[in-house]
Amino acid sequence: MKANANMDTQLNKRQLDSLEKHLLNDYQHGFPLVSRPYQMIAEKLGTSEDVIINSLKQLQEQGFISRVGAVFRANSIGASTLAAMVVPESELEDVAAMVSGYSEVNHNYQRDHHYNLWFVVTAEDDLALNNVLDEIEHHSGYPVMYLPMLEDYHIDLGFDLQWT
Amino acid sequence: MKVRYRQPLLPERAILDERDQALITLVQTGLPISARPYMDLGKKLGMGESEVIARINQLKKSKVIKRFGIVVRHHELGYRANGMTVWNIPDETVSELGSCMGQFDFVTLCYRRPRRLPDWPYNLFTMIHGLNQDDVLTNIQLLIERCGLSEIEHEVLFSTRRFKQRGAIYREINTNSKVS
Repeated sequence: MKANANMDTQLNKRQLDSLEKHLLNDYQHGFPLVSRPYQMIAEKLGTSEDVIINSLKQLQEQGFISRVGAVFRANSIGASTLAAMVVPESELEDVAAMVSGYSEVNHNYQRDHHYNLWFVVTAEDDLALNNVLDEIEHHSGYPVMYLPMLEDYHIDLGFDLQWT
Repeated sequence: MKVRYRQPLLPERAILDERDQALITLVQTGLPISARPYMDLGKKLGMGESEVIARINQLKKSKVIKRFGIVVRHHELGYRANGMTVWNIPDETVSELGSCMGQFDFVTLCYRRPRRLPDWPYNLFTMIHGLNQDDVLTNIQLLIERCGLSEIEHEVLFSTRRFKQRGAIYREINTNSKVS
């Protein structure tokens, strides 16, 4: 059973129209590599290039889209790792803010576990990655559990959004 | 300095020339949303539109680029729950079971990672998004049935707060990224 009941009320600011839903669902991979990609998308969706461009700009401004672009295979360029820490609840906010302050940290979540702070560090090379992990340990006073990817079993085709 | 040695199974780094590197530096933060995005990108790099397109195509072919398209923000689209599910799978079967899990569309990441004994016994990580926690748990149950995981120890770590989320930046952008 898919629990879709609350989706519309959970949407950030507003409901999305049919064109926006198609844009968000249909072009997560295989984005056209042609001179005028937005024109090609417009033809597919039966509208104009301007409408597509404005619509994407708006979706990005409103935070539904992070970007139009490439997702790189982990560790194919540069170095990255998942990392986790055990931080006392009273210090979590401060440590999390310190971790988020690094431009090398792109995801940082609190999770419901003994290991309660989870983040991803991405840097130009291993040395730069190590430096960030060392600094985080030093500034927080807590060890960082380092969990680099060893094998990737997932074929990334984007995410199938379930519209109600 | 404590050195965290790389694991032997890590994929080979792709060999990228200077022009690829400059292009990656720019394209990692996104394509311009303009009528001729590849041309606009090329202007900043001293590259023609067709070269930009050809290089992106090549990076896709060599799997440096895993996916090229619109990157959505799940949370803003109503997918409020994300359950990082971690599994303790015998080393002999981890590739087989990982490949089984990796083909489900609700699994957005499926990585093998090292165990850190005695603190951390789990060697397979799957990221499962859902509209809410029940939705995530339903999907995990489906994985257990379809991939035969009923004997495999696992834990689900729900996110309770998102402190930061954005695309990875491998190389800092500097104004001298133009190549000759």
